[in-house]
Amino acid sequence: MAKSDSDSESERPDGLIARGHHDMGGLPAGRVEPSEHDYAEWERRVDALMVLLSGVKGGAPRLTVDELRKNIEAIGPEAYEKMGYYERWVTSITQTMIQRGIVTTDELGRKMEQVRARQDVACKK
Amino acid sequence: MSSPQDLGNYQALTYFQLMEVSLRELLVEKGVVTEDAVNATVEDMRQRGPETGARVVARAWVDAEFKRQLLDNGTRACEALGIDVPALRLVVIENTPQVHNVIVCTLCSCYPRMLLGLPPEWYKSRNYRSRVVHEPRVVLEEFGLRIPAATAIHVHDSTADMRYMVLPMRPAGTEDWDEARLAAIVTRDSMIGVAVPNL
Amino acid sequence: MQEIAGTGQYPTRHPSVPTQFAPGDRVRVRATAPLGHIRTPFYIRGHVGMIERYCGAYPNPEELAQMRDGLPAQPLYRVRFLQSDVWPDYAGRPEDTIDIEIFQHWLERLDEGMVA
Repeated sequence: MAKSDSDSESERPDGLIARGHHDMGGLPAGRVEPSEHDYAEWERRVDALMVLLSGVKGGAPRLTVDELRKNIEAIGPEAYEKMGYYERWVTSITQTMIQRGIVTTDELGRKMEQVRARQDVACKK
Repeated sequence: MSSPQDLGNYQALTYFQLMEVSLRELLVEKGVVTEDAVNATVEDMRQRGPETGARVVARAWVDAEFKRQLLDNGTRACEALGIDVPALRLVVIENTPQVHNVIVCTLCSCYPRMLLGLPPEWYKSRNYRSRVVHEPRVVLEEFGLRIPAATAIHVHDSTADMRYMVLPMRPAGTEDWDEARLAAIVTRDSMIGVAVPNL
Repeated sequence: MQEIAGTGQYPTRHPSVPTQFAPGDRVRVRATAPLGHIRTPFYIRGHVGMIERYCGAYPNPEELAQMRDGLPAQPLYRVRFLQSDVWPDYAGRPEDTIDIEIFQHWLERLDEGMVA
């Protein structure tokens, strides 16, 4: 098994499972674009939520960074590639909160409807 | 308080922005976090940036005992300078004429955030994470950094609980510079290892 | 390989598994591909390296990811590999290395009789 970077491994069905999509060291890829990114406020808030929920700032930890990573790794390959970094994070944090029973799917759905409706009202002003 | 104002007038929230607002409001309602704590944490992270790491490097350049301490226990040395780095277990790796170091997290994007702030986008990208472990010299050239042929390259994949920072070599011609002037030439990229300080 | 720096250990207060390895020991990364959350990169599985330093013992991330406490803490090492051993087509210097943090349960001692 000591193949380090065989592209064909990821094309076989067991390759997609045996090697996580995130586990990309040594795989062929393109030129590095030295891109910078001005973080939007919502992205900074996602980051802050992770910091707070992990207990780094004191307070009981509500998740671990390991659960966060696991849930990011569980995002399918196509979605992983298409999503932005903090889109993956907010998805993962939310999944973790549901797994932990801190929020439920139903609560989340109702809150999302509420926020959307509030925003629709604001847009019409 | 909430997002719509941040996006400019009347732009609809994306699905993920909607999720952020919704999750945050639920967590506040349940007493898990407060809006004040979220805002304070956002501001705290905004203050953290490479300038802090640059101070550490400049001090190591002028103070041999501090440098020894820094290489021995990076976190303790930062704390000795009054730098607050919660939960950071820092390992500092020194560049020498024989060895150039470069840091990556192939599995995600681990980075000494509490010292250097949020990582650059390219550090989190597929192309960097995949290729720098396999062909570091080529990737460094893509950043415009040519390592002398006789210098070895050591790559560090940050896979677990340690976080890494490169201590760049002090450039020649800076012998009588003070710390502030030295810190000003230490870039974020030189502390990751894809650049070196330039005069 | 070059001189080893044996410093940088951060202590743990968790109950931990005893350490099996010391700096300088030659070890092989186990060549297996289980399911779950794993912090041993695929590219290094099956390869032989040398313990560069002991980092301390930490709760097992594989278990933490599953909402368990990850105890007893597992010893974590920085393991140094020659790049020319890891990549069949490596095009750099023979002295080039890659250091990776690997948990003890992913490492086995290289027996004297084994071909590296």
